[in-house]
Amino acid sequence: MKIKLIASVSFSLMIARIKQTTVAAVGVTFSITMFITLLSFMGGLNDLLDGLITKRSPHVRLYNEVQPSEVQPVDRFSQFEGYHNFVSSVKPKNELPEIYNSREIMNTLEKDPRVSGISPKITAQVFYNIGSIDFAGSINGIDVDAESKLFAFSDYVTTGNYIDLKNTPNSIILGKGVADKMLADVGDLIQVTTSKGERVQLKVVGYFQSGLLDLDKVQSYASITTAQKLLGESDSYITDIQIKLNDLAMAPELAKEYARIFETNAIDIQTANAQFETGSSVRTLISYAVGITLLIVAGFGIYNILNMMIYEKMDSIAILKATGFSGSDVKSIFIIIALSIGVFGGLLGLVFGFCFSLIIDQIPFVTAALPTIKTYAINYNPKFYIIGIVFSIVTTYFAGYFPAKKASKLDPVIIIRGK
Amino acid sequence: MSEVVLEARNVNKYFHDPVTNQVLKDVNLTIEKGVFASVMGKSGCGKSTLLYILSTMDTDYEGELLIDGVNMRNRTEKELARVRNEKIGFVFQFHYLLNEFSVIRNVMLPGLKLEKYSEKEIEQKAYEKLKLLGIESEALKKPNQLSGGQKQRVAIARALINDPLIIMGDEPTGNLDKKNSEVVYEIFNQLAETYNQSLLIVTHDQEFANRTHRIIEMVDGSIVTINHLKK
Ligand SMILES: Nc1ncnc2c1ncn2[C@@H]1O[C@H](COP(=O)(O)OP(=O)(O)OP(=O)(O)O)[C@@H](O)[C@H]1O
Ligand SMILES: [Mg+2]
Repeated sequence: MKIKLIASVSFSLMIARIKQTTVAAVGVTFSITMFITLLSFMGGLNDLLDGLITKRSPHVRLYNEVQPSEVQPVDRFSQFEGYHNFVSSVKPKNELPEIYNSREIMNTLEKDPRVSGISPKITAQVFYNIGSIDFAGSINGIDVDAESKLFAFSDYVTTGNYIDLKNTPNSIILGKGVADKMLADVGDLIQVTTSKGERVQLKVVGYFQSGLLDLDKVQSYASITTAQKLLGESDSYITDIQIKLNDLAMAPELAKEYARIFETNAIDIQTANAQFETGSSVRTLISYAVGITLLIVAGFGIYNILNMMIYEKMDSIAILKATGFSGSDVKSIFIIIALSIGVFGGLLGLVFGFCFSLIIDQIPFVTAALPTIKTYAINYNPKFYIIGIVFSIVTTYFAGYFPAKKASKLDPVIIIRGK
Repeated sequence: MSEVVLEARNVNKYFHDPVTNQVLKDVNLTIEKGVFASVMGKSGCGKSTLLYILSTMDTDYEGELLIDGVNMRNRTEKELARVRNEKIGFVFQFHYLLNEFSVIRNVMLPGLKLEKYSEKEIEQKAYEKLKLLGIESEALKKPNQLSGGQKQRVAIARALINDPLIIMGDEPTGNLDKKNSEVVYEIFNQLAETYNQSLLIVTHDQEFANRTHRIIEMVDGSIVTINHLKK
């Protein structure tokens, strides 16, 4: 009953000043619209760029780095225990970047409930031969099915069918840059020289385009067996085990655990792509900063309009107080006005923001670097909408609070004497 | 001796701007139920100041104020607002109607604030008050569509809506012509005679004052004579 009365007074004051009230609400609507659009667009952009990395990167990668042993022969001598041994020019011993016991490791990982999938990989350094010219590159030997499932390999095979890599013996999918350099069409035979000096002929079954130009100029894909053959290794030879986890956030922790258990090197996605994280968070920060700035400007608009309203409605405030409305009633009247502007303007802003997002989502965005992207990306995260409406309510509340407080403190005697 | 509705004991009031100036000097006053009193005095003698204190809007004074036997000292702003709402009806020289609301709604506002009756009942009562003042036909108009005299009658209806203990008026006929002043006097007189309503009205109109029960004469912030005419 009481709130109904207060609200009815608020609404009649707003209607009496409908133009200014509308302008204030439009200010809020505009800022919330911009806020939502900006965050959705930036969010989409972040997802797109992160996707470029995260979709294609293992959460944890196990590998063996060629490095000098930490324990040198002299350290094993009991005679020199407790001595400081200086050994200079330590060299790594001649060993391959092979992961030992790869079968067992893979079996263990497959049973691990935290792991959503694994995919073995071999990296082989080769020279691509074009006539008499050679250029360096690498061939990734992959498990075609696992790679497609975990890393959307098939999305990036722009020409040819990815499955041919598995079904055709001695086949290769060339990086787009490599293919351009070699002038190789699908179906052609190309020649590569392995690091051991052997020449091998491979059949081109497709092109691969990752979106990272430098990578596409050197990297090609073959099946794991082809790669093993290239290197002349046995069928247990594997240089990398790529792991996808159920929870990406656990990657750093699990990388450490696996490194200890399996006695290999392990790197997590967060460490491997730290610079991308920074880019994303800076973009998000900028969007929030712009959105909040707009809202504060809108808040000043509301502040002004309420101040003006209070100035104009001095007499009404005086008589309300003289007839028994308390200071807090008067304060509520003006806070309700501010909040109504905030809620109404804010909700409208959410709707407009959503519409703008939909429009941006339809704008074509075609780039050779991103073969899977057709339009601008938008992130429709409900979080943005919740933050938007909460912000608009909080800002308008504060914008209304100070004028309302002033109104509640007005002395009716002074106003009535002033007549 | 009938019951006292309003009592002021040794009320002193000072203004300090620009120099300290005593505006009310030891004012003592009692108004009993059913008394129609008028306050007269030269301009600047402190009539309005006294009325603002008696109506609890001004709390910066020395002395005691009792309304309905209750001391108004050390009350919160909210409690005083409640007292004004329930026990005091105020009519100013200017009508102070809210142009955003219809006439009937203006009259209802203090009633809605009091929450003693339902909205329907308050509307019913507001109609009765308007009828008493002969302006029920204007109920649905906006205040700015009324004449000056009609507006002042609406303001009186608003003062009556909660059946207050006392009605105070600060020159309620000051802005009205002879005919409309007469109408307002008749209404006040009728309220006092028929409904036993207490009234305390500041006026410059000697003819108006002469027909009230009691004339309170002020000079320089003091009450010099209280002239009991009737009752
Ligand atoms: N805010 C104020 N500050 C200082 N002095 C004031 C203030 N308000 C009123 N006064 C002084 O108090 C005295 C009484 O004023 P008040 O308004 O009560 O007179 P009044 O009897 O109602 O006069 P009138 O018949 O003209 O309405 C005057 O001398 C006035 O100058
Ligand atoms: Mg006066």
